Amino acid sequence: MSVASPVAGPVIEGVTGSVQSTLARIVRRNGWTIVLYLLLAALLLLARALRSGFGPADIQSLAIGVMPIIFAAAAQTVCVISGGIDLSVGPVMAFTSVTAAALMKGGSEESAIVVVIFVLLLGVAVGAINGALVVVSRVPDIIVTLAMSFVWAGAALLVLSSPGGAAAEWFKDLSSGSFLIDWLPKALVVVLVCVALVWLPLRRSRLGLSMYALGSSPVAALRSGVDVNRTKVAAYMVTGLFAAAGGLTLTMITGIGSPRPGDYTLNGVAAIVLGGVSLVGGRGGMLGPIAAAFILSLIRINLVFLGVEPSYSTVIQGVILIIVVMIGGLVALRRSRA
Amino acid sequence: MTDLLLDASGIAKRYGAVAALRDASLAVRPGEVHALMGANGAGKSTLVKILTGTVRPDRGTISIRGTVRAISSPTDARRAGMVSVYQDPTVIPDLDISDNLRLTGTPVDGFRSWMAELGIPGLDLSDYARDLPLPTLRIIDLARALAHEPDVLLMDETTAALPADLTERVLEVIGRQKASGRSVIFISHRLIEISALCDRATVLRDGETVGVVDMGPGAEDRIVSLMLGPSEPESAPAVVAGVADASSDAPPAPTRVRLAVTGLRAGARLQDVSFELHTGEVLGVVALEGQGQEELFEVLAGSRRPAGGDIRVDDHVVDLRHPADAIKAGLVYVPADRLEALLPQRSVHENIALPFSSRVRDWGPIRVASEKRTVDGAIARLQIDTRAKSEVRRLSGGNQQKVTIARWIASGVQTLLCFDPTRGIDIRTKRQIYTLLRELAASGSAVLLYTSELEEIQLVCDRAIVIFGGRVVDEMPAAQADEPTLLRAAYGLPPGVPMPEELAEAAAVAEGVA
Repeated sequence: MSVASPVAGPVIEGVTGSVQSTLARIVRRNGWTIVLYLLLAALLLLARALRSGFGPADIQSLAIGVMPIIFAAAAQTVCVISGGIDLSVGPVMAFTSVTAAALMKGGSEESAIVVVIFVLLLGVAVGAINGALVVVSRVPDIIVTLAMSFVWAGAALLVLSSPGGAAAEWFKDLSSGSFLIDWLPKALVVVLVCVALVWLPLRRSRLGLSMYALGSSPVAALRSGVDVNRTKVAAYMVTGLFAAAGGLTLTMITGIGSPRPGDYTLNGVAAIVLGGVSLVGGRGGMLGPIAAAFILSLIRINLVFLGVEPSYSTVIQGVILIIVVMIGGLVALRRSRA
Repeated sequence: MTDLLLDASGIAKRYGAVAALRDASLAVRPGEVHALMGANGAGKSTLVKILTGTVRPDRGTISIRGTVRAISSPTDARRAGMVSVYQDPTVIPDLDISDNLRLTGTPVDGFRSWMAELGIPGLDLSDYARDLPLPTLRIIDLARALAHEPDVLLMDETTAALPADLTERVLEVIGRQKASGRSVIFISHRLIEISALCDRATVLRDGETVGVVDMGPGAEDRIVSLMLGPSEPESAPAVVAGVADASSDAPPAPTRVRLAVTGLRAGARLQDVSFELHTGEVLGVVALEGQGQEELFEVLAGSRRPAGGDIRVDDHVVDLRHPADAIKAGLVYVPADRLEALLPQRSVHENIALPFSSRVRDWGPIRVASEKRTVDGAIARLQIDTRAKSEVRRLSGGNQQKVTIARWIASGVQTLLCFDPTRGIDIRTKRQIYTLLRELAASGSAVLLYTSELEEIQLVCDRAIVIFGGRVVDEMPAAQADEPTLLRAAYGLPPGVPMPEELAEAAAVAEGVA
């Protein structure tokens, strides 16, 4: 207050006016993301209402469960924004997870840091291979990455044919417990920091702009001076990096590596679709998919609290996904016609 | 020898079997506005793509200020001092304007001041490009190019689809570029703009540079004759005679209006088109690229909703919401690209029979015998050179086109909408298609024929309309529609009034009389 008081009246008015219009624009542009966070809050409150004991411990286990989905979604987001799609995210996570577990077994606590760096680089290399194949072969992304998903799944089985390996203690500790306050799970902080470290600088770089440009209109991007092929490979490399981070979290939360983890490819796609990333490319960000990953898990948790049989709950989850995305589409359609 | 700013020579480019450019050259002096002219398919757009680095030439050199440069990407072109503004804006729809500027490394201040000069001051740079109207995007594209202060600015049809006030600003800004020793390569379908603005014009025909014209009195006629090339009278008369016979044999047929179009509008290009198509008639449509003819045919074929105007078939207003509606109304579309209409992997027989099974109640078992009769009838009539069992993709382009026409004849359709049906077809098959269209007209069908080959108008049509800027600007009987007349009309020049000044005088006189 005292800091602001020396400024003259009219100036303040002007500033608040522009702040208001900026706020209005932010709301208009990010309407869907805001709706998602409201939905997330509602689902948390619902969980709390359904089960009075729903507290920090449950939030922590929720965050741990969602961690790999967030990385899978982040990986897919980068690829889809650039106009591609990567169906090998899940198998790459498996491959990097078993690699990490196998390398950490028997190694010292300190050497684990080297393993982490190596596995992240492995992810980048895997992404570079996927991207280069798409660019060189000119075969559609969906087919190349579908084929490569079998290759990486096989590679995972070659590293560890059954769940095994180990993880360093400090590494496992990264996801357990809370950070500063009880209600803030450490897992959530780790995943948000990791995504932000990569995404924020990328979003503000010319490479990031090129990715959006490529997904939005390849011809216009080319004419604007974007190196289309390099941008595509770079996008797949970032996708591989996030997939490797997802694989590391699998090892982190289980303490071992499994060559056949759950279906993270399609869970990631579901999260980005719900998160407002356009599957035709060029539109979307990271905040939406992160919220969506939580929402998809919370829906299932709430259905369990409501006493719905688990087999039904996945059906209901699917139906809700379709309805929510449809409503989003209708709203966008009405707005474009208005 | 003056020192040239840009000197491209011996440029050639093939796409498969098609030579888009054989031997094109373009020399631009400092401080001139240079027009690049050519009829449809002459190779203008390929040359533009090569100069701006989106396509690599097979042969030829490009030198800038006397130094040979390899231009393999738009960034290379920009570094060499050449920036282009394309026909369709290259602004990324899903980025806001400031991100678009950052993507191309454009200085924001320069951009803003050019925007103001071009008549759109105070643009909000945080607007998404997808939310802005097309004329604004074109101006943004131009301002962005100007902000790079290019030595050579390449403008491809930038003034098309711009409102008059913005066009005026754009032309004025180009004029000023000249004064500062910079050059502009200007491509436009508006010959009037070119004679008002340009110093010289390079004319392309069939992928070759056929002449460079200094603008001035009489230059327009030279440009038009260069674009047309030496006339080839030997082939034409025969078929014209055939057509003339057909029309003289037929008694003045009692024709009805089959299709009446009034005030039709669609998209940004089709502004206001009205015409009538009679039974027993082939009506030619002549237009330069992008004057709204695509939209016209899409609307009539039911694949695009018009923004206004009405369509009457046999005196009933029809509402075409879907291609099936158009087919039901007897309007069928024969596209230039055969593969748009055919199922290439299926047999000729199935392709011809397909329109019969477009109604849901026909989804049941196929009546093989009766279907075979109609299909065989159509094949025989069209002399399709094939056994009907073979896959359509194995046929030649001409025979494929015959199949697309055959399928509609087999189902007894009355009105054919042919969009450049002879594109890329050999001359013999072309003749057969002409004959076929004439026969159809003689048997009482109505044919609307857009063609990019002007000679076809006199070969096939009874009458022709010319569309320019989304409006019908001229109508004439085929007998008068020789190529120079059509080309003049297509460029928006009235016949017999060669110079814009004379036109203005005539208008003034007319007003005085009135």
